[in-house]
Amino acid sequence: MTTALNMSVPHESAPGGAARQAAGLPRLLPAAPEDLRAHLARYGPTPYRGQPDALVADVEASGLTGRGGAAFPVHRKLAAVARAGARQGRKVVVANGAESEPASRKDECLLRVAPNLVLDGLQLAAETVGATEAHLYLHGSPGPEILRALAERAARGLDRLAVTITQAPPRFLTGQETAVVNRLGGGPALPAFQPPRISERGLGGAPTLMQNAETLAHLALIARYGPRWFRAVGTATEPGSMLTTVYRPHARPQVAEAAIGTPLRTLLGDGDGAGGPGAQAWLVGGYHGTWLPLPDAAGITLDNASLRRFGAAAGAGVLAALPSDRCGLAEVARVAGYLAAESAGQCGPCLNGLPRIAAGLAELAGRGHRRQIRTDLERWSGLVEGRGACHHPDGTVRFVRSALTVFEPEIQRHARGQCSATDRAPFLPLPQGMPTSEEDWT
Amino acid sequence: MAETLRVNPITCAGHGVCAELLPELVTLDEWGYPIVDPGPVPPALDRGARRAVTGCPALALKLMRN
Repeated sequence: MTTALNMSVPHESAPGGAARQAAGLPRLLPAAPEDLRAHLARYGPTPYRGQPDALVADVEASGLTGRGGAAFPVHRKLAAVARAGARQGRKVVVANGAESEPASRKDECLLRVAPNLVLDGLQLAAETVGATEAHLYLHGSPGPEILRALAERAARGLDRLAVTITQAPPRFLTGQETAVVNRLGGGPALPAFQPPRISERGLGGAPTLMQNAETLAHLALIARYGPRWFRAVGTATEPGSMLTTVYRPHARPQVAEAAIGTPLRTLLGDGDGAGGPGAQAWLVGGYHGTWLPLPDAAGITLDNASLRRFGAAAGAGVLAALPSDRCGLAEVARVAGYLAAESAGQCGPCLNGLPRIAAGLAELAGRGHRRQIRTDLERWSGLVEGRGACHHPDGTVRFVRSALTVFEPEIQRHARGQCSATDRAPFLPLPQGMPTSEEDWT
Repeated sequence: MAETLRVNPITCAGHGVCAELLPELVTLDEWGYPIVDPGPVPPALDRGARRAVTGCPALALKLMRN
């Protein structure tokens, strides 16, 4: 992915050491990239427990869930892989930093500014499950910060396991768990159907723990400061903080760490607060996420218990406030076209349905669509949902259905040959030059 | 023991044999891919279900124990 977007990391200046950690946020994002020396000065060495399994109880008490999108309880994966017998002496841990969602930049940012936190977490997870090999899976080539961190740690002999870096192809689905295992095994990064859990049989048949890069950084802090510290922010049922990638009208995209439960208004409010066009709708959870209507959803908070009431979930933390001067239908049609092109093409319903859905949305984004297209879209959505090997059709349908509800007034306008947009510039980011050839999967 | 029919959507090539052999539990979508009844296979359809499984040219249809 190119770095066409500028990322800035909001932070407050704060004292170092444990006092800073007690102070609240940010927990994961330092003001400037930290090399190993700065990392060790702030956090001290990797707090190995000296035995497998030891960290599981602390992680369970912390309530940490996966930050890659699915929010699965981390301790359950840790316990499952710790419990599983090694296969031919082999057990695997994977830090997943592929972040294939084109609107998400948080793992890229984290790996740039705090690579050692992620690598600490990877080593601690490896110790916890008794892993014999460690992998780092990245979208694109590794940045200089992560390479430097690995080299510095190797020079000091800090890591118990060498870390193998594998590059993900630039496709939407390549961060999906089974696709990662396929890719690490030397195959194409394609999702598999109904495999045994990778915690039982993953890479090469070996029990495999896969965690998102941010999840591992949280794990590294829980190992140091404990579950009580972790729960000091967030909600009782969804503790801690999470990284978000935020898109707002008239503001640069931003990676921001937020306490779970933060009002979305705080994160998505107008960039300049004065004069600029406000937002007409919010997108939560990225391109497999959900459109939320405004002002109805304005009181919602960044936690799944709150988001669920609108059929939404925080996912990997992509949040967008669509400016009032854009056409929601044009945005949705553009993204749906991308999602259709990103079907792995393995499953008939997805392969056939997504392009039709995308074409239907393109028709709605034009003027004077056929009346029948609304029922077609609803039928196609029903036909692809739940019928893929992976959740690509399901996520796409969630995005599309919520858009059809939220942008209903705009659909009516377009039916009359009108459009409320005054700015035609695309707002939601897509990769440049959409790859579509078979070879792009490796 | 109750069993359910599951189709592997990756190996399924939309031959449609399953819908021909077991129309009670399998219909085809508008692109020719099977929509399989998610419930347990009734005893009366057990033989038909097994024929559909063995008749699938792509070996994409399976009976799964619940």
